[in-house]
Amino acid sequence: MIKTGAIHIMLACVVICLTYCNRADHISAVTQVQRHEANWSDGLAAYEATWPDKFEIGKSADKSFIAKWDIDVRPDGKGLPKGEGRAKNGAAVYQNKCASCHGVNGYEGPEDKLVTDSTGRNTIGNYWPYATTIFDYVRRAMPFEAPGSLTDQEVYDITAYLLYLNGIIEEEFVITEKTLPQVEMPAKKRYVLDDRRGGPEIR
Amino acid sequence: MSVEKEHFQQIQKLVRWLTVTVVVFLIVTVVFVVYQHTSDQVIEPNFDSKIIVDPSKVQGAPSSELGHRSKFDSPKRIATYATASRTPLEDLQGTITPSDLHFERHHAGIPEIDPAQHELLIHGLVEKPIRLKLSDLKKYPSVSRICFIECSGNFRYGKREMTPGEVCGLTSQSEWTGVLLSTILRDLGVKPEAKWLLAEGADGALMARSVPLQEALTEAIIAYGQNGEAIRPAQGYPMRLVIPGFEGNTQIKWLRRIEVTDEPVMTREETSKYTEKVKDGKIRMMSFVMDARSIVTYPAYPKKIEKGWQELRGIAWSGRGKVTKVLVSVDNGKTWQEAHLQGPVLEKAHTAFKYMWNWDGKPTRVLSKAIDETGYEQPTYNQLVEARESRGGYHFNPVVGWDIEKSGEVYLADIKDI
Repeated sequence: MIKTGAIHIMLACVVICLTYCNRADHISAVTQVQRHEANWSDGLAAYEATWPDKFEIGKSADKSFIAKWDIDVRPDGKGLPKGEGRAKNGAAVYQNKCASCHGVNGYEGPEDKLVTDSTGRNTIGNYWPYATTIFDYVRRAMPFEAPGSLTDQEVYDITAYLLYLNGIIEEEFVITEKTLPQVEMPAKKRYVLDDRRGGPEIR
Repeated sequence: MSVEKEHFQQIQKLVRWLTVTVVVFLIVTVVFVVYQHTSDQVIEPNFDSKIIVDPSKVQGAPSSELGHRSKFDSPKRIATYATASRTPLEDLQGTITPSDLHFERHHAGIPEIDPAQHELLIHGLVEKPIRLKLSDLKKYPSVSRICFIECSGNFRYGKREMTPGEVCGLTSQSEWTGVLLSTILRDLGVKPEAKWLLAEGADGALMARSVPLQEALTEAIIAYGQNGEAIRPAQGYPMRLVIPGFEGNTQIKWLRRIEVTDEPVMTREETSKYTEKVKDGKIRMMSFVMDARSIVTYPAYPKKIEKGWQELRGIAWSGRGKVTKVLVSVDNGKTWQEAHLQGPVLEKAHTAFKYMWNWDGKPTRVLSKAIDETGYEQPTYNQLVEARESRGGYHFNPVVGWDIEKSGEVYLADIKDI
């Protein structure tokens, strides 16, 4: 009796098993293809875990080397050398080294207008938010045919002259490492930080 | 009688001469044909063809150290100015830009830099300032990434006869290889107050841009490789910054200095340039990311199409991640269909899209618009003008259309009419 019961149960199991295995919908017709993300950083974390704590590559840079290369000037004045710039002296340097590209008065071109005129085109006076940028840029990249050739004195004088031409400072105002960061540029209040964030809104 | 005889003799003489000439000609021809058949001379294919030489009947050119393009196919950059050239998007296949067709934009020309004389200084708010040569850079663990670089001033219009490259060819795609900036900075120890970095090039403009450190640390690469070889001089040899998705100007070429700082430097390039006028008289600055965009590169000016089935092709890209969808319209925007995107779709990368279209020969306009993973939908010119109260400037990425005329000629559609 127990033996027959066991056989019946076994048979039932086999039938259920076979039925289940044969169900057509059990095996999906289309195998889902494994989607590989194909991102540049796939596996990077695991690879990073194999790196040493320090690579110790390259040569350490000493203060004098850095001082020679560190030329940028920030809105708070950091990076400005000690000096005094006067519009009157800047006029002479400007006529000599800048006027051929930017015009005798700073707006005749052929290159970028520096001084505001009736055309409304962007100039230092109506578009530049920081006065320190004039010093940074002129020292960095001007004059076009001999970039980096101006002395700090010449750069100070030109900076004073361009601010004077745009009506931002008086002719006698002395531009120094202290006064230049304090010069308020008319366009500064118009500047806003990027507000685009993706998503459906157009900005 | 004698006159007649004379005439007859003259005719006979003429006939004899003619016969001799014909015979000589025949002999020459026969000899020539026989020679052609018996010698090693190339035999012209007997079908109508412009092929002078049957390539299957001669030995080809020997192998060489450097490859070159077929003389029958010579795409060229659109080099209208001394300071910029554009990628001919309409001449490219797939999504990788051949390195010599990568767009150029420089502010003081392309410097010639001997890597033995070149150093990268990394200093500022780091525990250990460092000087790296190209050979040092190559010792770090490397990373490769396919992404686009696009100038943020990349939209031109104004006449019907403009190619896709002329409209927005200041975008190109390469596989960039180098070292993650984060890998190097990890070694140098970044001080907690560090928030920005200034990247500076070694060109005549000492081109410099401030970039937020957080964004730069995740993805920025100091690259030395481009499409399997050294970066081309026009793209920043021997090393450049690559920040996927950011505007091209921040990705400083000929990189010579990185200063980790707490404040942006406010260089000329991030104040008086690469800023855009937006509504209420404001000026938007630090707009780094390139928004989603697309352009149909076929059919496009100056191509001419024929009635029937065509594969409409183009590229779409977004600086905010992956392109998720490109919609195309072949009926001037009345209806839009989803284009097929060629996989794998990569983040911040040119993505090829295609759409099979049976042109009925009637004049129409084709358009495309990209949608990215943030849900951003590429705007029209009029939508941009309305949102910004500005008719152009940097980061202008409008939907571009092509007018197909009855003749099959294709012209750039009036942007204000889309």
